[in-house]
Amino acid sequence: MGFPRSQKTWSLLTVFGWLSFAPLAQAARISDITEADLLDRTLRFFSFSDPSLRYALVGSMLLGIACGLMGTFLVVRKLALMSDALSHAVLPGVAIGFLWSMTKNPLAIFIGATVAGLLGAATAQAITSTTKHKEDAALGFVLAGFFAVGVCLLTMIQNLPGGNKSGLDKFMFGQAAAMGREDVLLLSGVVLVCAAAIGIFYKEFLVTSFDPAFARSSGLKVQIFHYALILMLAFAIVASLQAVGVVLVAAMLVIPASAAFLLTDRLPAMLALAAVFGMLSGALGAFFSFVGRNLPTGPVMVLTASAVFTLALFLAPRHGILAKWWRHRTRTRRVQRENTLKAIYRVLEDEGFRSESVSLRELAEHRRETLEHSEAAIKTLEHHGFATREGADFTLTPAGWKRACEIVRNHRLWELYLNHAANIPADHVHDEAEEIEHILGEENVRQLEKRLNYARRDPHGKLIPGLEDIHGAGARFLSGHAVGFGPPRQ
Amino acid sequence: MNALIPAFDFTQVIVDPWTGNLAASAWVVLMGALVGTACGIVGNYLLLRRMALVGDAISHSILPGLVIVFLIFRHVSTPLMFLGAIGAGLITVGIIEFIHRQTRVKADAATCIAFTSLFALGVVMLSVAETSGPIHLDAECVLYGEIAFVPLEPPVMFGGHELGPPSVIRMAGVTLVLIVLVTVFYKELLLTSFDPALARSMGLKTGFWHYALMAALSIVVVSSFEAVGAILAVAMLIVPAMFASQLTFHLPTRFVLTAAHAVVSSLAGFHLAIWLGCSTAAAMVVVGAILFLAAWGLTSIKRKPRLFEGTDQNSAVFDPVQGLVPKTNPE
Repeated sequence: MGFPRSQKTWSLLTVFGWLSFAPLAQAARISDITEADLLDRTLRFFSFSDPSLRYALVGSMLLGIACGLMGTFLVVRKLALMSDALSHAVLPGVAIGFLWSMTKNPLAIFIGATVAGLLGAATAQAITSTTKHKEDAALGFVLAGFFAVGVCLLTMIQNLPGGNKSGLDKFMFGQAAAMGREDVLLLSGVVLVCAAAIGIFYKEFLVTSFDPAFARSSGLKVQIFHYALILMLAFAIVASLQAVGVVLVAAMLVIPASAAFLLTDRLPAMLALAAVFGMLSGALGAFFSFVGRNLPTGPVMVLTASAVFTLALFLAPRHGILAKWWRHRTRTRRVQRENTLKAIYRVLEDEGFRSESVSLRELAEHRRETLEHSEAAIKTLEHHGFATREGADFTLTPAGWKRACEIVRNHRLWELYLNHAANIPADHVHDEAEEIEHILGEENVRQLEKRLNYARRDPHGKLIPGLEDIHGAGARFLSGHAVGFGPPRQ
Repeated sequence: MNALIPAFDFTQVIVDPWTGNLAASAWVVLMGALVGTACGIVGNYLLLRRMALVGDAISHSILPGLVIVFLIFRHVSTPLMFLGAIGAGLITVGIIEFIHRQTRVKADAATCIAFTSLFALGVVMLSVAETSGPIHLDAECVLYGEIAFVPLEPPVMFGGHELGPPSVIRMAGVTLVLIVLVTVFYKELLLTSFDPALARSMGLKTGFWHYALMAALSIVVVSSFEAVGAILAVAMLIVPAMFASQLTFHLPTRFVLTAAHAVVSSLAGFHLAIWLGCSTAAAMVVVGAILFLAAWGLTSIKRKPRLFEGTDQNSAVFDPVQGLVPKTNPE
């Protein structure tokens, strides 16, 4: 593969523009070894002999923890895009922090960037509260406007004589390899502050995040905790800039926390999971970009986090897509089974419960479907032990009979209830009953029966199977009577 | 600080660009104005739909689209570029909707996840591709965009005449087509943006118009890219539209104000960049942001518009035929 430099079509310049990401990315990898083979580099990684590698690894992991902790609150407060806006808004602060000391002093840049971030948050707040612009526009304005000021300042700094300007452009994509002792110390400080604040004011953060109205009514200053959170967020963003850069900090904040959000419903567990995912992504990002050839750390870190998120997205036990799909599938199948049982009951009822068995043809005619469809439906019933089959005829088992009675009862009770209690005409109640019959539990049925004064007939004049019919059938079967399921008693 | 902000020299900053190097200055300012207008028109709809940050998302996730198109076809022409951009844009919107419809992750987090992941993917793909052959390029061009390089492009020739730099011609074409489309489909876009429920009841396909708008957004952004870069494209989408909607409710007037804002910020930004010696595109955005701040200040000083002169809002009642009407005193 190679990019044809000979090609002179001017439109290529667009892509060339894009490709100019590459030199930045190239500078951002941790290791410059290109010749050593994969195993060698893996061994070198795990020997931790390289001091710059040690700093990069520890720094990336700390960054993951800080971002995971703060990201959790962003995700539950629906502030994810705030992180994107803030991470861009700190850029002018970076430039001013640099101008202050004329070197890449981490502390000066940290202070400058934090102030710029807070200013950005305040501007967004002011725009949403005094104009008709919504939050998305306000955040977009802060993101782009502050970023433009930052770019102006940075390009002006490039023209300045003197000063150690190298590495200032690394704030775009970050360079984990450039992390030094000060950066790691700064990051550990941020992690400590965030963890301590969350630990001490856990209850306050919890209640202001999930129920601000309740928090206000119980005398908490909701705004203070909001601003404290924004301040800590700014800390986390600024400390992470060095490693992942302005563009991708938001990813490290939101992605691990969202993965955790899919896996648990409890805030402490979510905080812990997000921190672990963040740390894992940091470590794996450092590892892959060290081992792989020419892989930039920040983007690799983000891709690792995305991989974790994708796994959680599909495999999470309760909120994952596969789990939801499976739940939906089992529910649909149960409803189908129950509808077949109901149809069989109706066939028996139409015959006046003269015989126990029903033929496939009768069922197919009743449901207005092909014989093949009916046969497939009966097979599933057999599989679940609801029916037995002899040739073209089949009979319900006691379990099948019981469930069929229940469904018919639920249906007719609900129709009666809608007709009586909600005054819905009798010819309008069927569709709703069709839905609710699969959901009604025994307790609800008891209440309905009581409320409807143990009525025996539904609005269409059909008999409603009662408790005795349902259980009586089983008893009759157990007692060895040949004749099984009779009509509901009058 | 004195070294940072050079002295203001009227001749050098204001006069020279238009006497010494007229053509170059004109192309730069024209490009800035075109980018601001085209982005601003789409931005107005984004603002109405509260999707300003989807613009941010798409402008980032176009990167992998372009890289993939380049890796497959090994060269890039305008149609391929548009193809990659539309593909990437629609996939981004699709991923966002998939995540937030299928799971409990909210739309804002889904947006953030989708575009940062795609952007990271693009950067990684680039650096992997780069190992197999060096790419000699200007490092900062794309992040900030370099509108100042526009006049340096070899001009498009048409019938023996020099027409102009290709990116400006392309941008002009995109702007023109966009204006025509917005005029022709004005009613559809208006309805689906303001009142999706009403639009649906009138038989409009809201989904189609949503994705059509996203496709237009992708094309506008990708054409603006060379000039302003990924992040400043977001500014061009949002800031002119915010400026316009701060001043008026009337949508056609907003479009006119958007274009005016684009022209003024392009011209003033161009001179500001010459004075300060900074990135031209960024300076244009800074001027644009200042214009918005000015409009914001102006409308805040001005008395808040009341629904009805001489009454307060509580004295209006809703009438199903006429809308809000002043309450008549029962006597």
